[in-house]
Amino acid sequence: MAEVMSMEAIRTEAARLNIDLSGVDWNSICLPPGEDSGVRSDDDDLNEEDSLEFDAGFGNIIIVDNLPVVPREKFEKLEGVVRKIYSQIGVIKENGLWMPVDEDTGKTRGYCFIEYNTPQEAELAKEKTNGYKLDRAHIFAVNMFDEIDKFMKVPDEWAPPESRPYTPGENLQHWLTDEKGRDQFVIRAGSDTEVLWNDARQVKADPVYKRPFWTESFVQWSPLGTYLATVHRQGAAVWGGASTFNRLMRYAHPQVKLIDFSPGEKYLVTYSSHEPSNPRDTHRVVLNIFDVRTGKVMRDFKGSADEFAIGGTGGFTGVSWPVFKWGGGKEDKYFARMGKNVISVYDTESFGLIDKKSIKVENVTDFSWSPTDPIFAIFVPELGGGNQPARVSLFQIPSKVELRQKNLFSVSDCKMYWQSNGEYLAVKVDRYTKTKKSTYTGFELFRIKERDIPIEVFELDNKNDKVISFAWEPKGHRFAVIHGDNPRPDVSFYSVKGGKVSKLTTLKQKQANALFWSPTGRFIILAGLKGFNGQLEFYNVDELETMATAEHFMATDIEWDPTGRYVATSVTSVHEMENGFNIWSFNGKLLYRILKDHFFQFLWRPRPPSFLSPEKEEEIFKNLKKYSKKYDVQDQDISVLLSEQDREKRKQLKDDWERWVNEWKRYHEQEKIDRQMLRDGEASDVEEEYEAKEIEVEELLDVSEEVIQDA
Amino acid sequence: MRPILMKGHERPLTFLKYNRDGDLLFSCAKDHTPTVWFADNGERLGTYRGHNGAVWCCDVSRDSTLLITGSADQSAKLWDVQTGKQLFTFNFDSPARAVDFSVGDKLAVITTDPFMGLTSAIHVKRIAADPDDQIADSVLVLKGPQGRINRAVWGPLNKTIISAGEDAVIRIWDTETGKLLQENEKEVGHKKTITSLAKSTDCSHFLTGSLDKSAKLWDSRTLTLIKTYVTERPVNAVAMSPLLNHVVLGGGQDASAVTTTDHRAGKFEAKFYDKVLQEEIGGVKGHFGPINALAFNPDGKSFSSGGEDGYVRLHHFDPDYFKIPSI
Repeated sequence: MAEVMSMEAIRTEAARLNIDLSGVDWNSICLPPGEDSGVRSDDDDLNEEDSLEFDAGFGNIIIVDNLPVVPREKFEKLEGVVRKIYSQIGVIKENGLWMPVDEDTGKTRGYCFIEYNTPQEAELAKEKTNGYKLDRAHIFAVNMFDEIDKFMKVPDEWAPPESRPYTPGENLQHWLTDEKGRDQFVIRAGSDTEVLWNDARQVKADPVYKRPFWTESFVQWSPLGTYLATVHRQGAAVWGGASTFNRLMRYAHPQVKLIDFSPGEKYLVTYSSHEPSNPRDTHRVVLNIFDVRTGKVMRDFKGSADEFAIGGTGGFTGVSWPVFKWGGGKEDKYFARMGKNVISVYDTESFGLIDKKSIKVENVTDFSWSPTDPIFAIFVPELGGGNQPARVSLFQIPSKVELRQKNLFSVSDCKMYWQSNGEYLAVKVDRYTKTKKSTYTGFELFRIKERDIPIEVFELDNKNDKVISFAWEPKGHRFAVIHGDNPRPDVSFYSVKGGKVSKLTTLKQKQANALFWSPTGRFIILAGLKGFNGQLEFYNVDELETMATAEHFMATDIEWDPTGRYVATSVTSVHEMENGFNIWSFNGKLLYRILKDHFFQFLWRPRPPSFLSPEKEEEIFKNLKKYSKKYDVQDQDISVLLSEQDREKRKQLKDDWERWVNEWKRYHEQEKIDRQMLRDGEASDVEEEYEAKEIEVEELLDVSEEVIQDA
Repeated sequence: MRPILMKGHERPLTFLKYNRDGDLLFSCAKDHTPTVWFADNGERLGTYRGHNGAVWCCDVSRDSTLLITGSADQSAKLWDVQTGKQLFTFNFDSPARAVDFSVGDKLAVITTDPFMGLTSAIHVKRIAADPDDQIADSVLVLKGPQGRINRAVWGPLNKTIISAGEDAVIRIWDTETGKLLQENEKEVGHKKTITSLAKSTDCSHFLTGSLDKSAKLWDSRTLTLIKTYVTERPVNAVAMSPLLNHVVLGGGQDASAVTTTDHRAGKFEAKFYDKVLQEEIGGVKGHFGPINALAFNPDGKSFSSGGEDGYVRLHHFDPDYFKIPSI
């Protein structure tokens, strides 16, 4: 770093050297290139970023090995062949193809260098032609020029890697051991991201960790709650730890847009799409699958956006997310994606296709995994103008056996809903009426766990009703449907216990358009979001009674906490006003309310599944009275403490205020004379003015004299 | 009690002011005529015609004889309250925004907006006892704050002037020397434009309302923050009860951003807060546009609100109101 001279110092130096400063045109002074006198220019940051991409400047050169060794007379021909292969992939620079020749023999050396215009093209060429078979004896080995260094450094002798001593990691699930059994949640508002405890007993949120600019787009919990993932320009990162949030691992993926965890949170899928170099091409898509713990890339997928844009909904710039759907329960054994006429299923042992080939299904438009078993369901719409019926099939993995198939006729659309234990699959089928002018809805219920997978057909009481929402009770055998064409639709509950569908009840004319079951079942919130302005009805399905009705005006999102004890309703920044969230108890009592401007996200930290066996859970449930006593006492203590604290706080505030007012009164008294002078001696201050005085005023209205004459 | 709806203005209300006796209510609006009403029954008493632009603010002398108004027509006018006669006009080169009589009514402070390259300014004028002797010269002109000065009022004993406006800073100026004495601490201050300022009766403290959705209570001598009242809407108007420890905040979604979804979305209620505990006590609904002006009757038994909807609503409190326990 050169010394920074003050202007004064420059003047004296100039005087010493006999330079007339006024005659110097400062703008004409150029430093020698590369010389900045140690002064950092503001643009340096920019330059650095650029240079990252062209690290050594040779990123656009590839080396092609295993070319045939040919004599001089065949040189031209070979060059022509190589040029033909490689100019298909990208634009080779002028004089960008160089095939060295052995000076002694005049033969080529069996390799060549190719320089492209961009590193992307070189990368693509490497990907596409590495392993290219020119003929049987010549299989291309293609490498990036920049990687030569790396290869040179490989030692000739293999040395066993040093084994590092084991250091026990932090307990990443420490949050589950909270004494008060509270749950955490993360919120994102403005530039701040904050993790808080939901301290429902104290009716407030207790901060855990807060960090501004923690993420550049969104945050996401891993499915078991161990990690919090953040998204940045350079890639994704996961955070966690026993007491606070430390960065545990980074996953480099430039310009990552979307991320998705596998259900057992072993793997992380990241997605980005890039502008193509040629504007006519489609976007290029890069998907990486990382091992969450080691941060290693297990498999990457690259291709054009078209290849990944098939089927599904909830898309994002052309792809349906998640591209890969994970199956086989929490073991993260399989993942699959739908392609054109195929379902590609991969296993996580080899990260390759099962049996090295995809499952061919003509025209498949939708597929979804069972949440627990390696079974997936596919839907194929009608073909050939109704000649070939639509069908829903269940496939088992890894055997790829079709377990069950059902043909459906005159289908317009179809949606699949799995129950969370994978016991039932409900397929909502929209069929055309005979006139083909309108549609009606029916359901096909697959009972997966039973022999031969029986199918139940079921229709609503009024089958012309439009189905607005459908939801299975988690871990249960009931489901709820919002249906009807009225502005106030009906809500019906059904049970599929014992193999037949029976209606439990129908609630007429509800202001609801979304269903939110408690994660433990039994309770459900009938919510009227958007058009209904945030109407909430807390309903107990066991007793078939409404526990409470409430409203969170303008609410956009509703989420149950993982234990089913509390519910968060939030207004995110789709609206400008009212941003923030409310926390409710499961039975619809508003606990507290926090307002935050520019509120983007509210996410409960998920919990891993309980280790208790169903029998044990049953037992606890039976003896609930015994257990709950302890908590009742605690609740009581806290509520007493709270009201005491509250009282004290109020008293404190009151006292402070009194003190302040009294002090002012003193000043006010002192200044009385001055004030009187300002008012020309008018004595009255406002306080005295308002003493009530009764003043009697007698007014003589009229005087008249009349002479009364004697009769 | 049912509020009294006073429909006399054709444009949004801008300011409300009771006289000291609490029998008259003066209202200013974006139409050009300030109006005076009976504060008891809402009957219109008269108008003050002469301005040629929106009237932003007014003040009335202690003996209710003299009214001063500041208008967007680049003038401030003195009026005879009783006859409605124009007594004097102070002309400026930019719109006048806030006006306030000093203790003793011998001085008035008038603020002017930044306009056509002119910066905003605070002018102090001497008010003559006899209107015939009135002169237009300023005793003092203060400059410095960026953007509009939305309110300027006299501090205790006329020794200071307190100003607040678009730059979200509250300033205290010395009226003798014209020097800036104090600015409020940045960390605790408002984050957005301060829209309104109301003094307590004894001038010991004042309340500011801001578009940052909060109102703050300050000590007028030390400019220390005493209380903060957080709400969910931009605050356009504030008032303090002279009788009970209550403050009332009015505001709502910006008129240009009012949606068509639901009337509740706008938050056009006047909200009552406990002055000491900073807790919300209740709200008074009614306006169908943002509230721009609020004023308490000096007896504390009624208050009035003026809205973007052009109405003045006069509310006499029910007896129950006075029974609200403060702790």
